[in-house]
Amino acid sequence: MSSTPKIRLRGLTKSFGAKKVLDGVDLDVGAGQSMVILGGSGSGKSVTIKCILGLITPDSGSIEIDGHDVLTMPRREREALNDRIGMLFQNAALFDSLPVWENVCFKLLAQKRVTRAEARGKAAEILAQVGLDGSVGDLSPAELSGGMQKRVGLARAIAARPDIIFFDEPTTGLDPIMGAVIDGLIVDTVKKLGATAVSITHDMASARRIGDTAAMIHKGRIVWTGPAATLGQTGNAMVDQFARGEREGPIGMELRK
Amino acid sequence: MTLVLDFLAAIGRGVLEALRTVGGIVLFAMNGVSHIVRPPFYPHLIGRAFVEIAYFSLPVVSLTAVFTGMVLALQSYSGFSRFGAESAIANVVVISITRELGPVLAGLMVAGRIGAAFAAEIGTMRVTDQIDALTTLSTNPMKYLVAPRLLAGTLAMPLLVVIADILGVMGGWLIGTTQLGFTSTSYLTSTLNFLEPMDVISGLVKAAVFGFIITLMGCYSGYRSKGGAQGVGAATTSAVVSSSILILALDYVLTALFFGA
Repeated sequence: MSSTPKIRLRGLTKSFGAKKVLDGVDLDVGAGQSMVILGGSGSGKSVTIKCILGLITPDSGSIEIDGHDVLTMPRREREALNDRIGMLFQNAALFDSLPVWENVCFKLLAQKRVTRAEARGKAAEILAQVGLDGSVGDLSPAELSGGMQKRVGLARAIAARPDIIFFDEPTTGLDPIMGAVIDGLIVDTVKKLGATAVSITHDMASARRIGDTAAMIHKGRIVWTGPAATLGQTGNAMVDQFARGEREGPIGMELRK
Repeated sequence: MTLVLDFLAAIGRGVLEALRTVGGIVLFAMNGVSHIVRPPFYPHLIGRAFVEIAYFSLPVVSLTAVFTGMVLALQSYSGFSRFGAESAIANVVVISITRELGPVLAGLMVAGRIGAAFAAEIGTMRVTDQIDALTTLSTNPMKYLVAPRLLAGTLAMPLLVVIADILGVMGGWLIGTTQLGFTSTSYLTSTLNFLEPMDVISGLVKAAVFGFIITLMGCYSGYRSKGGAQGVGAATTSAVVSSSILILALDYVLTALFFGA
């Protein structure tokens, strides 16, 4: 593994009005690593990812990808960098107005890497990688179940063969079996691409399946990082309480204040 | 004293909020227009928005224009007959339709249809992360969602208004020839003799401005919507109300520019 982290966050802060959502986030994600970020609702997980993706501009701090500060780089460089990033949104965020095949190949079409005539075949090929039949390509997203939408979202995220992929709550709203299927697909596709993955989740089973390493964010700060396999026995009271889903503990005490 | 200060502070907050909103709309419009002239272009999206605005608004705009022309002829007759000026009915109908009622009523109808539809569509995309998804898929949402709609709206409205002008005049002609004693030839001759190019041109310029405003407010309201279904509903209402008010206000400004003393 290279000594320069693939993604490095330092002192990231972001407030919305009087509410401080990120309060100095420091995080390193190594190249080829699968990092899972844990945390309660409103702890700043999604905002952290959105800052890295350029969807939200942080108030201060730095975000480096491959050693380059993305917050200060020219717009064209930033856009070129985004071309190497894929994202699976929590609700898949498929475009209602487009058929599945066009959703899957949206980035390839936008970058003119395939023609519209080629895109349908390419979409079938990518859909097969996430266990879907090519005939799904002609359906509209509204005709798909939640699990199928997630798979199509995954297909869209990996279509352009990104080297960094973000997963926002990949198993939320799915039954446990479908959750495990999606996790398996995520692990397989990330390995095949040799990509760096960052996932945010509440689902501990999913976190252990997807992650090599894990980080816990609480009140806008990273309070723990370590191997995902140790979740539940980390020795950190906050992380262990969260991982075991216990009512009593430092997080609960703070909620009652 | 505290009450007075609170009152003044509330006024100040309102003014600042209004200025912030106006500034936001102007910046949004400038950003949208800048993407119209910069590649990549999306001709199929411009075409789709054009069809949505021009073709699918045609029935409602046509009906509005025909009935407005008919009502105008009847009302003019009831007023002008008191002064023995019935012969001016065709002139009043054509000048009212081409200069004012064609563009304004078509604008209000399209604002209700298209402004609401664009706000709802883009608002739903906002609250379901589809706009963020566009960004992560190497596509600028302003270029993909807003610029094609602004261009299509600006081009489609004059076309709709030309049709509204013709149908409005025909509505007046129908009433004039069937109920008010005009012959077809005298009504149409009177109409064409009185009509000046500037009457039509001013109406078409208004239409283009209204088309831009309707699509701008639809896109802006949707793009800035927050929350879930309630936020999208509020965006839809805001798009229709704000574009309707702007149409009426700008109608006065443009009329003063074209025909003011």
